[in-house]
Formats: sequence, structure tokens, C-alpha cells
Amino acid sequence: MFAFIISRLLQALPVMLTVALLSFAMFAYVGDPVAIMLGQDYTIAQRDQLVADLGLDQPFFVQFMKFVVNAAQGEFGLSYRLSRPVAQLIVERAPATLELALCAAILALAVGVPMGVYTGLYRNSWLSRFFLTFSLIGVSLPTFLIGILLILTFSVWLGWLPSFGRGDTVNIGGWSTGLLTWSGLKALILPSITLGLFQLTLIMRLVRAEMMEVLRTDYIKFARARGLTNRAVHFGHALKNTLVPVITITGLQLGAIIAFAIVTETVFQWPGMGLLFIQSVAVADIPVMSAYLLLIALMFVTINLIVDLLYYAVDPRLRIGRGKGAH
Amino acid sequence: MTVPLLEVRNLRVEFPTRRGTLVALDDVSFSIAPGEVLGVVGESGAGKSMTGAAIIGLLEPPGRIAGGQILLNGRRIDNLPYSELRKLRGREIGAIFQDPLTTLNPLYTVGAQLIETMVTHLPLNPAQARAKAIEWLELVGIPAASQRIDSYPHEFSGGMRQRVVIALALCAEPKLIVADEPTTALDVSIQAQVISLLKSLARDKGTSMMLVTHDMGVIAETADRVAVMYAGRIVEIGAVRNVVQQASHPYSAGLMGSIPPVGRRLERLQQIDGSMPRLSSIPPGCAYNPRCPKVFDRCRVDRPELMPAKDGNLAACWLYAEQGVPRHA
Repeated sequence: MFAFIISRLLQALPVMLTVALLSFAMFAYVGDPVAIMLGQDYTIAQRDQLVADLGLDQPFFVQFMKFVVNAAQGEFGLSYRLSRPVAQLIVERAPATLELALCAAILALAVGVPMGVYTGLYRNSWLSRFFLTFSLIGVSLPTFLIGILLILTFSVWLGWLPSFGRGDTVNIGGWSTGLLTWSGLKALILPSITLGLFQLTLIMRLVRAEMMEVLRTDYIKFARARGLTNRAVHFGHALKNTLVPVITITGLQLGAIIAFAIVTETVFQWPGMGLLFIQSVAVADIPVMSAYLLLIALMFVTINLIVDLLYYAVDPRLRIGRGKGAH
Repeated sequence: MTVPLLEVRNLRVEFPTRRGTLVALDDVSFSIAPGEVLGVVGESGAGKSMTGAAIIGLLEPPGRIAGGQILLNGRRIDNLPYSELRKLRGREIGAIFQDPLTTLNPLYTVGAQLIETMVTHLPLNPAQARAKAIEWLELVGIPAASQRIDSYPHEFSGGMRQRVVIALALCAEPKLIVADEPTTALDVSIQAQVISLLKSLARDKGTSMMLVTHDMGVIAETADRVAVMYAGRIVEIGAVRNVVQQASHPYSAGLMGSIPPVGRRLERLQQIDGSMPRLSSIPPGCAYNPRCPKVFDRCRVDRPELMPAKDGNLAACWLYAEQGVPRHA
């Protein structure tokens, strides 16, 4: 198991380096940091001095190496727009995005999986038909529209929930959380639904299709023939066999939730990394953009590793090949 | 004969389809005595497996029992609600399926599946069930059972898996086993072992068995009585020796004639011309009449019921009409 994790980490290294190269290239060739930092009035000598100080006169690969070493230490330089360290900005914004993504993912799983199981088992009940119609809406409506419709309904017409922001937050050891205050929780509801709805319907449809497939198998028939309870057959035998594809999709979607929270954060003015990113794009704030790029890549790599580990936990057939030292 | 353990009376199974209702089983009647092994043979699609599925209440929808009765120990079970029927499955009627590679859940150890089955039906706690599970694995001939109990199905060979399936079917000590082609998917060299295991376990536990197969060798070796099915009906039923050696129904005779004789000089094997009709186009009269070498006018008009034929066998054939009165006349 340990050797497996090590080998996966080694495989992740080239991925991260490639992304680092891309984000560094953005740094080096999009815009001129020297011009931005010096302002409008400067001498040639000042300019050369700054270029030397920043190391911009050194060869590309030396600069790249420096970038990588700095990035590995969480050092991405100063934001052009806010003149504050990028790392600090991201650390400030990350809790908001992660809490939102986590709530959306939990919502998608906690509602999507049971709905998928139900619609898979009772294909023809009217409730299943309703769920399927509803899921079509979730899959086909764009996120921003869902967000705006929710705001219109629950904030404007009914006035139950706030339409923007995080509400009150509590700071626990540098992590600002909205989960502990009433207004924070209320503020979380609409963005979570907006962000999680697509994933919810996707997971529901996936679980449904997998359940229908698994229920036709011989081992389910044999489990019934052994007189096991419906509960044991459906949730013990059938659902567990649907998990591998569900884990794959959920893992990828969790990455997507974090990466593409941008739209939801914009609609709800949610002070997370996505909003930071979109504001940075508007003014070509390269350090923030490249740091965000790297961070998202790291997240995808990590999630994929976790997904792979979960496969082994779920499916014993995958364990054996490695135990015997598969080719 | 004593009171039958299982009695099937005039069972009729229908499949409603868009183009009308298909009758998959029609007027099937037979019984199995305690401790008896009934072989059921016939071509593919004759309704052998369907009969087994109807008995354990696991017909694939939209198939449904449209008529007749199934009685277990004199109690009707074909109209039981699902939850009642579930309690019978495994506990009263065990089932063994054809392909051991697909009948075991790949994600659970064989021990977990055995324990789950026993705890569902028997008053055992998990520790007792585990001890029993090891006993069962030993009983079905799994070497080093106390270690293998924690193995997953994919770590066993096909023959070993079928032994596990047999243990699973028997572990709640049912009185009747419905074995649906238990050896068809196995290597020929393994088939005999699995059949003799099944046979000896059934004898030791006093379990009755309905053995569905198209392997006449297996039937001859294992069964006490045999039912021959054709196009959803039983065409002949009787003691295995009588049916194998001098079948009454021309179809059974053809079936027996197609077995290569061992120990005699090999002549040309007999073959039944044509193929079994599809369920949607069963001919009027006797379903076998287009292929029957002894066909005469009445066969094309009236459908024969089971009637006494040679050696106390019952056969659904007009050849025996003059010997006695049809059973349902």
C-alpha cells in the first residue's frame, strides 16, 4: 500500500511540473511585471537594477527552477492588484471555497445516492418519474441561471435567505468558518444548492443506471434465492457493487466543484478563491492566476490519489494483482 | 408414496408481450417426495429453468404465474406475499445456479456471504455462524477452510466456487434444492466431482432435489425420477431407469438415442430433425408433432395429456391412448 502511494506521488510529479511550466510561462510572457512595478517614470538604470533584482536577466530554466522552488514553499510573490502576498490572499479565501464545495458535495451525495437507488429499484413509480424529470432540469439548466432563480425565489420573493455574501464568520486558528453561526449557515444554503445541483442529478442518474445494471446480475438473483432481506440485497449487495464508478465520478466532480465554483461565487458574491480568480483575471493579476492554476492542479492530483485508494478499499479484485506484484 | 414435499399442480407461466401473451409453461404437474431427486431434462427453452424459477418465486418480470398451484409440505407458496416467500428461500428451498463465476458477489468474502445467509435464517450469533461456515466449507471439500473463509470469490477456481455456492445453498438446511444446471459451466473433469458432492450431501441431509440439466449422464447417475420437458410441457415422467432405457414418448426416445453409448461400437448417433418451436408458434395438437417419427392424424388436432405408458411412466402421447384413460379426462 505504501509503495503504491509513493509510486502514485512520483507519477503526480510530472503533472505538477507541467502545470508549473504553464503557469510560469504565463508569468514570463503575459504582460511586463517590470513595467507594472515601476510605474510610469523611471530611468534605464532603475529598470536594469530591478530586472537584476528580480532575476529576470537569468536564463529561462534558471528562472523556472526558482519559480518551482518558491512555489513548493508556497511563495508566489505579490498580487499586482492588491500588493499583498498571493499565498496570504489564497489562505484567506480558501476556507470560503472549501466549505462551499464540501457542503455542495455532501448535498449531492446525501441526496443523489438515495434518489439513484430509489429510482433504480422502483423504475415505474410516479416518484421515480418525478425525480427523473427533475434531474433533467438539474442537468440542463446552467449554474448561473439556477443561482439567479434561487435568489429570485428565496431572497427576493420570500425573503427567507440572504442573496449574497457569507454572513457572519468565526475565526478558528486562521480558518474563518461560516458553519458555526446562524447567518453563516443560512448564507451557505443557496450557493450550496446552486453548486451541488448538477452534481446531485449526475450522481443520481449514475447510481440509477448502475443499480439497474447490477440488479440484473446473477449474484443479486442468488442473494434473493438465499432469502436475504431486501435491505441486505439492495444496500449491501447491489449498492456496494455500484460504488466504483460512483467514486470515480464523485472524485472528479469534487475537483470540478472546487475549480468551477467561480460561477457560483460570482453570482452570490461569495468571498472565495473563485471570486478572487475572476477579479484577478479582469486586471491581469498574473501571480494570483498562476498560483490558482497550480493549486487547482494539486487538488485534482490529490483527489485522484484518494479515489484510487478508495477503489482498493471497495473492490478486493484490485488488491490481489498488486499483492502478487503485478506486471 | 408418502406425502410429497413439493407438489406442482397445473402450473402455467405467462409472459405478456406487446404481441400477445406467450405461454412459457403450460399445465406442468409433478411432485417430489422427501429425499427424492427429480431430474428435469429437455432442450434449451423447454421451460426447465423456468419451472425452477417459478418454484423459488424468482421469475424474471414480466413473467408471472398465471395458473396452477405450488405446494410445499401441503402449503401453497405460489401466492405468498414477497416477504413471506423470502423467508422460505434459503430456509426451505435452496437454489444453485448455473455459472459459479457470476453467482457469488465479488465484493464479499465467501465467509461473509455464508454467515449472512445463516444469520438471516437460523438463530445463530455471528461467531457461531462463522464456526458453522468453516464446517460447511470443509463439508463441500474446500481445503484449509479456516483460512479460505476470508478469501474472496475471485481467489477460487470455478469448481471451488461452485462448491461454495453449494455450501451457500445448503447452509440454512433447506428441505429442497433447486439446482439449475449446476455443472454446465464447469470443466468436464470437475463436473463429476461436483455432482457426486451434491448427491452425497443431499443424501446425508435428507434433502430433496430438483436437478435441472440437459446432461443425460448426470440424470442417469443422480436422479430417482426424471421429467422430460418439451415446449413448456412435461411430455414424460417416470423412474429414471425406465425413461433412460425404454422411453415411452417419441421425444424422450429421441433424446435418449442421441446419447453416445459407452462400451459399444459407435454407430451413427440418432438425431431429432428440426428444432423446438418458438413459444409464439407452438403448433396445434401435440407440440412435437412436426418432428415426431410416429405422428398420426390425432396428434395434429388434439393435445395429449399425461397418460399411463410403458412401465408405469406417464407420457403425453396419443400412442398410449388405448392403454388407459388420460389422467385429466
